[in-house]
This record gives sequence, structure tokens and C-alpha cells, in this order.
Amino acid sequence: MAAPDLNIRELLRWTWRQLTSMRTALILLLMLALGAIPGSVIPQDDIDAFKASQWRDQHPKLTPIYEKLGLFSVFDSVWFAAIYLLLVLSLVGCILPRTLVYWRGLRAAPPKAPRNLTRLPDSTSYATGESADDVLARAQQVLKKRRYRLVTDESGVISAERGKLREAGNLLFHISVLVVLAGFAMGSLFGYKGGVIVWQDGGFSNNLTQYDDFVPGSLMQAEDMEPFSFQLEDFDINWLLKGPRKGMAQKFVAHLKYQETPDGEEKEYDLRVNHPLSIGDTDLFLIGHGYAPSITIRDGNGDIARSGPVIFLPEDQATFRSFGVVNAPDARPKQIGLEGLLYPTYANVDGNPVSVLGDDRNPRLSMLAYVGNLGMDSGDPQSIYTMDKSRMTQLTKKDGSMFRVDLFPGETKKLPNGAGSVTFDGIRPWVRIQISKTPGTKVALTGVILGLVGLLGSLFIKPRRVWVRTRREDDETLVEIAALDRSGGGEVETELAEIVALLRASDAREET
Amino acid sequence: MSNTQWESLSVQAVAVVAVVYFLALLAHLIEWAALRKLPNDAPIDARTRTFGRFGFLLTVIGACVHLVGLVGRGMAADPNRVPWGNMYEFVLSGTFMVVLIFLLLRSKFHLQWLAPVVVGFVLVILMVSQLTLYEEVVPLTEALSSPWLVIHVVSAVIATGAFTIGAMLSVLYLVKARSGDRTTGFIGRMPAPEVLDRVAYRVHAFAFPVWTFAVLITGPIWAHYAWSRYWGWDAKEVWAFITWVVYAAYLHARATAGWKGRNAAIVALVGVATLWFNFIGINYFFGGSSQHSYAAPAVVSVSGDSAAVPLSPGTR
Ligand code: HEM
Repeated sequence: MAAPDLNIRELLRWTWRQLTSMRTALILLLMLALGAIPGSVIPQDDIDAFKASQWRDQHPKLTPIYEKLGLFSVFDSVWFAAIYLLLVLSLVGCILPRTLVYWRGLRAAPPKAPRNLTRLPDSTSYATGESADDVLARAQQVLKKRRYRLVTDESGVISAERGKLREAGNLLFHISVLVVLAGFAMGSLFGYKGGVIVWQDGGFSNNLTQYDDFVPGSLMQAEDMEPFSFQLEDFDINWLLKGPRKGMAQKFVAHLKYQETPDGEEKEYDLRVNHPLSIGDTDLFLIGHGYAPSITIRDGNGDIARSGPVIFLPEDQATFRSFGVVNAPDARPKQIGLEGLLYPTYANVDGNPVSVLGDDRNPRLSMLAYVGNLGMDSGDPQSIYTMDKSRMTQLTKKDGSMFRVDLFPGETKKLPNGAGSVTFDGIRPWVRIQISKTPGTKVALTGVILGLVGLLGSLFIKPRRVWVRTRREDDETLVEIAALDRSGGGEVETELAEIVALLRASDAREET
Repeated sequence: MSNTQWESLSVQAVAVVAVVYFLALLAHLIEWAALRKLPNDAPIDARTRTFGRFGFLLTVIGACVHLVGLVGRGMAADPNRVPWGNMYEFVLSGTFMVVLIFLLLRSKFHLQWLAPVVVGFVLVILMVSQLTLYEEVVPLTEALSSPWLVIHVVSAVIATGAFTIGAMLSVLYLVKARSGDRTTGFIGRMPAPEVLDRVAYRVHAFAFPVWTFAVLITGPIWAHYAWSRYWGWDAKEVWAFITWVVYAAYLHARATAGWKGRNAAIVALVGVATLWFNFIGINYFFGGSSQHSYAAPAVVSVSGDSAAVPLSPGTR
């Protein structure tokens, strides 16, 4: 019964040795690089969900296969995790024993000189009239100055070593890889990120119900959300009216009033691109902007069915022509819906309505009107940016020709058939704010910085050993010096030549 | 000087640079042609040596004018800025860095023989970019106007320049290692394979930490401020990561029995391919979908019931 037992143990040991070998690390690294490629070629769900679903529609045959392989979220997929977990395992298996060895060897004396120094590839010898003791004393001086640790044994041989920190750097670097991974994991497990659109004079308080979209980390708790709130007082923007980037906008500033806690002091902050607002561990970023026209709809009974700003989404970043939907489910006798475009700076170019600038200099709404049943009573959540038109009919003029609600601010348009009226009350900007909490950011940052420090040590500290042996021959002293590079990258000949030059320079001075 | 004057100065400087580098290339080619049949150990005649020195001098002059071209780009912008705000400018800076690193390393590592390769490479890249990438000077988009642009991109440019030189050395290592013991001409006069391997390693060992600094430290810090996340697996980030991992593999390969030498050099070349693909390929093939694309048009993505309207995408 002992034999198979032994075999299993041997197999395990063999597997472990394979896993922690440098060759495996190398192959795993190359596999990691290869495995990341699909993550950039195939649209990823958590990066651009819209594109990913478009891709799915265009490739009905491939989609199920890709889904199975997790190719729409490569960096969360089982196989990608398998590669990096194996790499981590290999890393730990590699680092632990090396750390132990390094620790034990830290205090050890430089190793003894090989029997025959002149057999080493980088070695030299010379004869001098000085006594052996003088040579050795000066060699000690020279080597100490060059930051070698050294011992001299009774037979007059110096063994010197330096650059042991290289291995420490290497170990630090590899351990840092684990630290970075830990920091990264903290962020994706305990953090969250969400976005919200807030119009001017509108506000937000930090709880789940107020977000437009929200992606929690898998271990995130609702209690972890800081209880801040803010209000958008004003939004400034600067449109370039001339120059090669005419029409581009710059200097976005969202003036916020905020409170860190419900009864905290009210503070102000100018939220700008590249200048997020940090509240505790949570950061608020300004990432988008657009327009919210205020629209009042009166229904067939003459009552106000809805009133207030509606968020329109820019379709075109250059001119900010925006698309929006206005639903009035309270309208009676029939519900009313509008769908169409906002031109912030309207102009009629060759009979076509266009927006010539992103700024709201001459805003105009141009929408189609529908009446019927918006289907909002079913209880299913519905996007405020779309209209369910399946039970709605488009309104047309009496003669059946196309009817459009075209309005400048302050204007009102009656809907046909006494269905009601629409008023364009005014326009205000909205901003999109991304709110994210990413714990572990500092851990990851510390990790990469330590990693860089370790890397520099591991790449640029040159581990060397030098031995000096003297022998008395007739009335001369024969000096043998050898040097050994232990990194595979350093030119040890120059080091050797410099040491010999230093030894002999003072030698020459005494002789003259 | 007005902005347009600066811009035309830059354009003229780049034209002069191309001519000067071309003459430098010519001088080096004449030098090497003269050495073609000459055994390695035979002395080089004075005329041939003069051509070599002439090539070197022209390269130095070219680099100075190249710098003028770069500064001109920066001064032409309003407000003035670092000259690496779009692909054309990045190529202009990157090629300058290749030449600069070559000139700095030339005597330390005895790289005189590499001159025609460097000058030829830079010349071709410059001309192609002038033809295909040239853009007028425009102000930066908001997300690009950050001190991190300076730090992040300058380190990326330095690393790119160094990796490119490293790749040239690795290619020549492979050539030299295959050629056996040729005793004449360019290949014969190149240093021994072990020397080439070591110099290539040292150049890569310089570039790797700089790249680490650029893509794993300053990049994420800037991304945090500009896009509200420090790492998002955006196409450009994925490829920067791939490049980093491949070069980490190169460093391991050099320490692994059976991978030393030839295979390590091949891994280094895979690394440089991913590096340049990241720069060129991502901008062309993934332009719209990468937040890092230099391309100006913005993306308006509406996903589900949320609207993501970036204020200003577009940075590297
Ligand atoms: C996340 C994965 C890893 C990364 C990014 C990484 C990166 C690096 C880098 C950049 C170096 C270069 C330092 C130098 O040349 O001295 C290096 C060296 C080294 N790595 Fe890794 N490594 C990883 C995993 C591993 C694993 C799993 C092992 C063990 C099997 C390992 C063992 C080593 C050793 C022994 C060296 C020193 C090579 C020498 O003596 O020059 N590494 N690593």
C-alpha cells in the first residue's frame, strides 16, 4: 500500500516543482498576454454594454459560443481567472522559498575563494614589490570604498561581495504584484460606481434609488454608502467660436453645494473635468452634460398633465442635437407622449433644421405627438428615455398630413383633435455625474510604487563577488584578482579593471 | 512670433530634418558599402571613416532641428502646450526620442554601427507620418489638459523610444547569431552575439521600469481624475498591459535555461509589436471605442436607460 501513496506524493511534488519553475511562470505570463487580447477585440459588457449588444445582434451564430466562453467579459471569465490564479500560485511558490533562502543568507559571510582564481573568466594577476600585507590592506580599503562586504581569512585571501539587495528588490517586486492584485480586488468587491444626471437647480442624495445606473461590487453593502447630498447650482461652459476646433467646448464647471452628512455643514465645490470632489472614500466626477427643456403638457380636459424639465440626450457631440421623450401618463382622456429632437442653436439650412452649435443660443424643439396608452401601468420598470408606442397613435393634422410640435421657448402649440397643448417653458443644462467608491486604491498604488522600487533594485543593483589572493614569490608579491557577475547583465570586466587600476595606482606612486 | 508662424516653422523644420537624416543615412550607407568586402580586422581607410563621422554629425544636426520642430508645435498651440496631443505629434516626439536615446547610448555601448538602422527607421516613420497623420495644431480637449499629460506621455514616449532601440538590437542579435562567423562587412563588424544580447537587455531593462511608471502608475492616476476609474480595461489599457506582460516575460526568458538568447530576443520583438500596435492599431481599428483614441469625434453612448455623454474623450 505504500507504493501508490509515495507515487501520489511524488506526483504532487513533481507538479509543484513544475508549477513553480521559471519556465511555467514564463509561459503563464505569455498566456496572460494572449488571453487579454479578446478583451480588446470583442466588445465587453461592462465597458460598452451597448456595443456588446449590437455585436450580439449582428452575430447570432457566434454569440452563444462566445457567451459560453465568457468572451463578453474576458476579465471576469473563469479561464482568465484560472491563468492569473495559477500565476499567483506559481509566484507564491517561487517567492516563499526564495525569501527564506535570502533571509538565511543575509548574514552569511561572502563565499570562500575558488582554489584557482586565474581560471575564472574575469581574472587577472600582477607582481609588485610591495609586501603582501600592504597589498591586502589597500585592497580592503578599495573594496570597502566600493561598498563591498568582505572577510579576510588567515591565509591572506579577501572574499568580497556586494549587491545582495538585488534579490531583495526582486522579491519586493514580486510581492508587490500580490499587493496590487489585493488592492484591485478590494475595489471591485467592496466598491460601487453609478451615474446620475442632475439638472440645474436639481439635487441628489446618495442612496440607491436616486441613481440612473448603479454597479455594485459583489460584496458591497448599502450601509457603505456615504450619506452625502448635493445640489447643482449652476453649470458653466465655454464654447470656442473660432479657431481650428470651432464648436468645441472647454472649461466645464459645475458649481455644487453639498453636505457630507444630512445635518453637516453646507459647502461649495466647483466640479471640473480632472478635478473630482472627494467625500470620504467616494469620488464625484463630472463626465457629461446636455440640456433639459422644461415642457408643460395640458391634456384634452385642459388640465396640466405634466410640467418641468425633461432630460434630452445629445445625439451629436459637435452640435448637441439631442433626442428626448416626454411622457404624460396623467393626461386624460388619453395619455400623451412626445418624441423628438432639441436643436440648441437652431438654424434652417437649405430647408433642413440643424443645430449649428452646442451652445443653447436659439433652442428649438421639434417633436412628434402620440396619444393612447403608454403602457406604464403594468408595473414593469420603464426607461424614461423611450416610449412604448405599441398602443399609441401618432397625431396628424386634420387633412392627414404630418403634424409636428415645433416650438421656441415661450411658445405653445395646440395638439390636433383637441388632444391638448404643449408649451416650451425654457431650457436648462444638466450634468452627468459619476459617483464611485473604490476602496483599495491606495493599497494598489502603494503596491505599484513599491513594485517599481523593487524593480529598479532588481534591474540595476549589480551583484558581484571579488576575490583577492596574494602569494610571495622570490622578492615579489604576486597578486591575483577575480570578479564574478551574478546577474547576467553586468559588465564585470570594467569593474575588475577599475579595481586593479586603483590598487596599482598607489603601487606606482610608491615606486616613483 | 504668431501661432501660425510657429506652426509653419515646425513644418519647415520637419522637412529639413527629413533631408538631413536622409543625408546622414546616405553617408552611413557609403561607409558601410566601402566596408562590405573588407575583412573585420583590416584597418579602415581615412575616407571611409570620414563618411562615418559625417553621418554622425548630420544625425546630431538632424536631432537639433527635430527638436526645433517639436518646440514649434508646442508654441503654435494656444495655450502653449507639450507637443504630444495627437498621433502626429506623438510620432514626432517618439522618433526624436529614438534618435536622442541612440545618440546618448552611442559611445557608452559602442553603437556606431547601429547608426544607419536608426536613421533609416526614423526617416521612414517620419515621412509616413507626415503623409498620413499630419494634423493642424489644435487646442487640447479638456481631459487632456492636465499635468499628468506631461508626466504620463513623456514617460510613455521615452519607454517607446528605448523599446524601439532595444528591438533593433534584438533583431540584429538574431541576424548576427544566424550568420555564424561572417568575417566581412556590416554583419561581420557588428559586436559578438553575447554583446548584442547584453546591450539589448540593458536597453530593455531601462525601458521596462519607465513603461511601468507610464502605464501602471501615472496612467491610472490620470485616468482616475479624468475618467473616474483608474483602470477600466479599455482597449488601449488592455494593450499597454499586454506589452508590459510580454516584456516581463522577456526578462524572465533571459533568466530561463532554454529560453535565453534566441527565444528571449523573439519575445522582445513580440513586445515591440504589441507596443506599436497599441499606438497605431488601436487608434485606427478601435478608434471610436477607446476612450484613449486621439480621434476628435466624441462618442455618445446610451446604454439601457442611462446616458453616458463623455465631456471630452480623446487622449492617448
Ligand atoms: C505576475 C507575474 C510576474 C511578473 C509580472 C514578473 C515580473 C518579473 C520581472 C519584471 C522580473 C525582472 C527582474 C530582473 O530581471 O531581475 C522578474 C524576475 C524574476 N522573476 Fe518574475 N514575475 C512574475 C511571476 C514570477 C513567478 C511566478 C516566478 C517563479 C516561478 C518568478 C520568478 C522570477 C525570478 C526568479 C526572477 C529573477 C530573474 C533573475 O535572476 O534575473 N516570477 N519577474
